[in-house]
Amino acid sequence: MMMNDIAAAQAAASATGGRRIGDVILDLQNISLRFGGVKALTDISFNVREHEIRSIIGPNGAGKSSMLNVINGVYHPQEGRILFHGQERKKMEPHMAATQGIARTFQNIALFKGMSVLDNIMTGRNLKMKSNLLQMALYWGAVQKEEIAHREKVEEIIDFLEIQSVRKTPVGQLPYGLQKRVELGRALAAEPTMLLLDEPMAGMNVEEKQDMCRFILDVNDQFGTTIVLIEHDMGVVMDISDRVVVLDYGKKIGDGAPDEVRNNEEVIRAYLGTSH
Amino acid sequence: MLYRENGQFKASYAADQQIFPILQDRVAIGALLAIAFIVLPLFGSEYLFRAILIPFLILALAALGLNILVGYCGQISLGTGAFMAVGAYGAYNFLVRIDGMPLIAAMLLGGLSATVIGVLFGIPSLRIKGLYLAVATLAAQFFTDWAFLRISWFTNNSSSGSVSVAGLNVFGLPIESPVSKYMFCLVVVCVFALMAKNLTRSAIGRQWMAIRDMDVAAAVIGIRPMYAKLTAFAVSSFIVGVAGVLWAFIHLGAWEPAAFSIDRSFQLLFMVIIGGLGSIMGAFFGAAFIIVLPILLDQIPQLLGIPLSTATTSHLVHMIFGALIVFFLIVEPHGLAKLWSIGKQKLRLWPFPH
Amino acid sequence: MGFFLETLFGGLMAGMLYSLIALGFVLIYKASGVFNFAQGAMVLFAALAMARFAEWIPKWLGFDNLIVANLLAFVAAMALMIVLAWAIERLCLSKLVNQEGITLLMATLGISYFLDGLGQTMFGNDIYSINVGMPKDPAMILENMFEGGLLLSKEDLIAAIIAAALVALLALFFQKTATGRALRAVADDHQAAQSIGIPLNRIWVIVWSVAGFAALVAGIIWGSKLGVQFSLSLVALKALPVVILGGLTSVPGAILGGLIIGVGEKLSEIYLGPFFGGGIEIWFAYVLALAFLLVRPQGLFGEKIIDRV
Repeated sequence: MMMNDIAAAQAAASATGGRRIGDVILDLQNISLRFGGVKALTDISFNVREHEIRSIIGPNGAGKSSMLNVINGVYHPQEGRILFHGQERKKMEPHMAATQGIARTFQNIALFKGMSVLDNIMTGRNLKMKSNLLQMALYWGAVQKEEIAHREKVEEIIDFLEIQSVRKTPVGQLPYGLQKRVELGRALAAEPTMLLLDEPMAGMNVEEKQDMCRFILDVNDQFGTTIVLIEHDMGVVMDISDRVVVLDYGKKIGDGAPDEVRNNEEVIRAYLGTSH
Repeated sequence: MLYRENGQFKASYAADQQIFPILQDRVAIGALLAIAFIVLPLFGSEYLFRAILIPFLILALAALGLNILVGYCGQISLGTGAFMAVGAYGAYNFLVRIDGMPLIAAMLLGGLSATVIGVLFGIPSLRIKGLYLAVATLAAQFFTDWAFLRISWFTNNSSSGSVSVAGLNVFGLPIESPVSKYMFCLVVVCVFALMAKNLTRSAIGRQWMAIRDMDVAAAVIGIRPMYAKLTAFAVSSFIVGVAGVLWAFIHLGAWEPAAFSIDRSFQLLFMVIIGGLGSIMGAFFGAAFIIVLPILLDQIPQLLGIPLSTATTSHLVHMIFGALIVFFLIVEPHGLAKLWSIGKQKLRLWPFPH
Repeated sequence: MGFFLETLFGGLMAGMLYSLIALGFVLIYKASGVFNFAQGAMVLFAALAMARFAEWIPKWLGFDNLIVANLLAFVAAMALMIVLAWAIERLCLSKLVNQEGITLLMATLGISYFLDGLGQTMFGNDIYSINVGMPKDPAMILENMFEGGLLLSKEDLIAAIIAAALVALLALFFQKTATGRALRAVADDHQAAQSIGIPLNRIWVIVWSVAGFAALVAGIIWGSKLGVQFSLSLVALKALPVVILGGLTSVPGAILGGLIIGVGEKLSEIYLGPFFGGGIEIWFAYVLALAFLLVRPQGLFGEKIIDRV
């Protein structure tokens, strides 16, 4: 039932012609990542095209989150090349990924617990705020104007995610589903060109999942944001993704459109289990 | 007048972003400032200024500086005393070595000296966290203790190791009487408290808190951990340094390195914990509490006719502080400031339970 | 050469005592993730108890025998440390489970203040002596190898041997006994340990008692050397860099770190001190540890921390 809804939403989106898949913007070539002797990723290559929804699936421990961490610079692979917008990227720090327009959410919610919803999402805009320390200390004209301008943007996101009623609540007090939403909001506040979502629907009930799917599709559709998604719910993945890459034990075992992946023997064996 | 916010609708984001969005709070803070600036100077006794108000203001300022580092940015420091000392000796040297150096300029330069040292000892925070950082800041404490004791250049080759300042004035007004000292501290503290509040409610404050709450996530959304941590160290040690200048110049007049020993560092940390981590107001609550409690413990038994010896009082104070620290960490990590806001929350609904 | 060796030995002996205090830190950190700032206060508290009980017990019971008095005082002081461990666990630690390291550190600062106050209220705040019959005269060794031989303090030598024995005993206890194994399990993962039936609370009481024991021994040794007074509480501050250097979770690290700091401190005071105007012992250990941290943030033997997100 839910899948039908989503499919309908997607159909509606493509019908309006809101998005068209473009060129490859992120190209990962032969990535290998080790922690000491443990191989997290082995020789993985895949790419992400502009405006697409690209999913990464695989059993627990397959290296999905590590893959995202490689993409936004939290981990540094020992081998392999990463090209972003055609430029090879050397060793880089996480905050540099953000300046290049990559935002993300985390598997275990990584919100700033002591801050309100509003402040959490405002932090997402920190790269766009230009006042210096002294100006901020004095809080004169320009700073206040800047704060208000960004506040307006943040309020748009709050409206979009339908979390108006909790904007002043400390995030630690929110239920899980709403926290996930706030985290998405914080990532969106940066107006990213690429959004990495690490299990945005884990632990949610059906309605919450539907809401989240709608937000993801809307983001992709309205803002043209490229999305890299890790998700365990096969229904969701197969429904909203343009292409899917499958990892198992740190190796790539499948890559392609949802239907191809669904019918890939190795994927079925390793991930979905042999059918009895 | 009841404490209510109904009917106070915010029509603009500017109105919503005020420091005190509720009318009654604005009235209360206005009244408090009026008392501090007008009533107290007129009626306060010399003892009140010397023993309570001046130390309270200065230590509140230092605690405020420390709170920016610990409460807002989550970087622990056990070397606050050291940064106060750097401020004090820095300002002292600027004052005695440069003719005609105005007091305020010397004070700010002292603060800047503390900033430099603070940033220097903050650099390890980029590599090390939490407990390890505590040790790095202790290193600052022991090193400055030693440096101001042993390197006679810092004390202008004073033979006793103690230094003093005299004849202070601001724009020609002498800072000699207790009232003038109090007023000078009050103005400085109000200015810095306002600026600190502004910093914490703008972008940099959010960056600090983001680093405190989850540093990896903060980096991923584009916050440079180095910038955020080092600005916190810089701002914090600047304020602490200025407080050090006030403590030495205004409160003590003549001082030795022991005035800024590790005990001072702990005392300030306690103020921050008891007052409330991550709250500007908390610094004031904490300072008031820690200054007033020993005085009460000293006076009340006397009034009751069972005088305690000084040693006993000081041990009791130790025990009470220690127990309170543990109590607050367990029950209310945001300290008195949080209790205050819970109280206000209740008052907002009073007399109804919900 | 003889002088250098004397300094070296002196450093090693002081280092052994640092190791002993550092061991208290490491044990508690391993088992409960608490960086116990109160270890110094515990040393003072234990030493005060020891000194005063040795004075009071003969009076209460009306006998006059130094050895018996010391033995009884030791038992009484140890009992007190166990009660203390129990109270700390019950009133403080059990209520702070799963809190961040910084919060726990600040809590132990509170405990430290409380103990300083309590100890001096209960036992007085004068300088007391502990007389456990340590020899006070120095010994000459290796007289035929060097001109004049090496002058060593017998007291230091005995203290170092006791400390070394205790360190070895604790290491053995940690590695070989069932309790030790449970302690290590708790250290690795509180919840997992609890789920296989290891009683967390009892483990913590045991660990704090063991740390109390280490504090008591350290307190007796330092106390008999320098007298029991408030400054004893600061000895622990000297042991902090030791833990940092050795790595918070490593028993061998605490031992080696203690020796390095002990030796480094003495040698630096002699050979570098004159250039800096003396007294550098106070901060040398810290700066050494700090410099080391910048190269190897986890210490000599500590485990490397990987941030997981």
